[in-house]
Amino acid sequence: MLDFLKSPIEVLQEFYILAGRALKNVVLQPHYVDDIALQMDNIGIGSLPIVIMIGFFTGFIITMQMSRALADYGATDQVGQIVAITLVRELGPVLTAVIVAGRNAAGIASELGSMKVTEQIDAMRALGTDPIQKLVTPRMLAMCAMLPCLTVIADFVGLIGGYVIAIPTLGISGTQYWTTAYQALEYNDLVQGLLKPLLFAFVISLVGCFYGLRTTGGTQGVGLATTRAVVVSMIWVFVVTSLVTRVFVNLH
Amino acid sequence: MSEDNSAPAEAVLKFEDVSLHFDEITALDHLSFEMMPGATRVVLGAAGSGKTSMLKAAIGLVRPDSGHIFLLGEDITRMSEREMFVTRSKVGVLFQEGGLFDSLTVAENVAYPLEHRCTGKVNPTEVDKRVKEALRFVELEKTLDQFPSELSGGMRRRVGIARAVVTEPPLVLYDSPTAGLDPITANTIMALIAKERDVANTANLIVTYRYQDGQLMANFRYNPVKEHLEHFVPNGSNSGPSQTIFMVMKEGKVVFEGSQSELVASKDEYIRKFVPQQTHT
Repeated sequence: MLDFLKSPIEVLQEFYILAGRALKNVVLQPHYVDDIALQMDNIGIGSLPIVIMIGFFTGFIITMQMSRALADYGATDQVGQIVAITLVRELGPVLTAVIVAGRNAAGIASELGSMKVTEQIDAMRALGTDPIQKLVTPRMLAMCAMLPCLTVIADFVGLIGGYVIAIPTLGISGTQYWTTAYQALEYNDLVQGLLKPLLFAFVISLVGCFYGLRTTGGTQGVGLATTRAVVVSMIWVFVVTSLVTRVFVNLH
Repeated sequence: MSEDNSAPAEAVLKFEDVSLHFDEITALDHLSFEMMPGATRVVLGAAGSGKTSMLKAAIGLVRPDSGHIFLLGEDITRMSEREMFVTRSKVGVLFQEGGLFDSLTVAENVAYPLEHRCTGKVNPTEVDKRVKEALRFVELEKTLDQFPSELSGGMRRRVGIARAVVTEPPLVLYDSPTAGLDPITANTIMALIAKERDVANTANLIVTYRYQDGQLMANFRYNPVKEHLEHFVPNGSNSGPSQTIFMVMKEGKVVFEGSQSELVASKDEYIRKFVPQQTHT
């Protein structure tokens, strides 16, 4: 009767096994430091231009949208506060994760998927190398190191984007903008602003690797794995952010 | 490992009543055979007959549902993946498409088994020397810095052979080494495999659908003085190549096991499909 649940439960079980082995490998030898550095470059430096651009325009747009609402209450001088809270708590981590999921979950799934269909993964196992140790763990660690950094950069560039439009259009001073922005942020905001990207990093890297390593059926299979990796990782980004926000709202 | 699980010391590979299923499909059906050091076994069969599954099971890439597989004297059936890495790294494998890492150069690909071996790394000078030797063996010493994507299909297969034999393994497994190659290149590949067998005295398990591959292994030997293959003359001046056993698989079962002459003499319709008609005359 419940046969329809069998397949998704099996997938979830396999995902947990992969995640468990990837985490366990963090403390096991050998450590592929070169691969971690290569992935940090690919994820961190590679995603930097688009993260900066999206971050800037997000701050710019929030400021423009909120200025009208704030003007109704005569509180346009508080725009820095709105931009800071919105970016640091939610939009900075989520938008950065969505960009990285689109760019890197796809990249990871297609790279590992191509390796799978061309027997490179089997060759790696046959040559005595654990593909999870060599391919999954370095990507996971690199993502965990780089996504919080990218989020901090996106938050800061977003605040600059808000500043760039707020000064000429709202007639507030730079000091006013930065002071309200700074004072609005609490310890709680910074914790959730950094915790979220760390959790997103696990989700994005492991989902990308999971679908890549499950690829079957040649080039068509690689395309399918890539699409699934992006869709599933983005869904999980929103699920995770909802759960974390719920926890922090209660704490507050 | 318990004593009753250990295989006879002389077998490099032994299948004991091995069965393997993928959902409803039977890939291997109570398969049993064993290979001695230096022996050559040519496995023929149609697509889906279980040849590649058998080869993957031999090095633990897929786990059988029942039976035992002994690789280099060790029962790998119940080994963990981590334990298996050590045993696997002692065996050479050539995958159907070469299985080369496309992000690494030819030299890095061939050096990979030496640099990542579980039983201890080889020093860089020795790695460099052995990589060059292996590539010279397959006559590709000029491709060191090229990437696999820059090579032809036959050259990739030759690099795959170099990578498979660079650790001087006692057993090399070849998965359809000539699939998709033109007859001349296919002959070159098989000549290299025969040369490796005769120079290093390795055991070879060759999975193929081409009878000609087995025919070359059974009838030719490498002459190290003249540096080419020559026809093996039984009871002649040449010492004969190691015994070549032919095995034919159908739906996961062994339907034939024997010498070339027995294969040629077979009246079975399925088996005769793999032997060119002119051979019967």
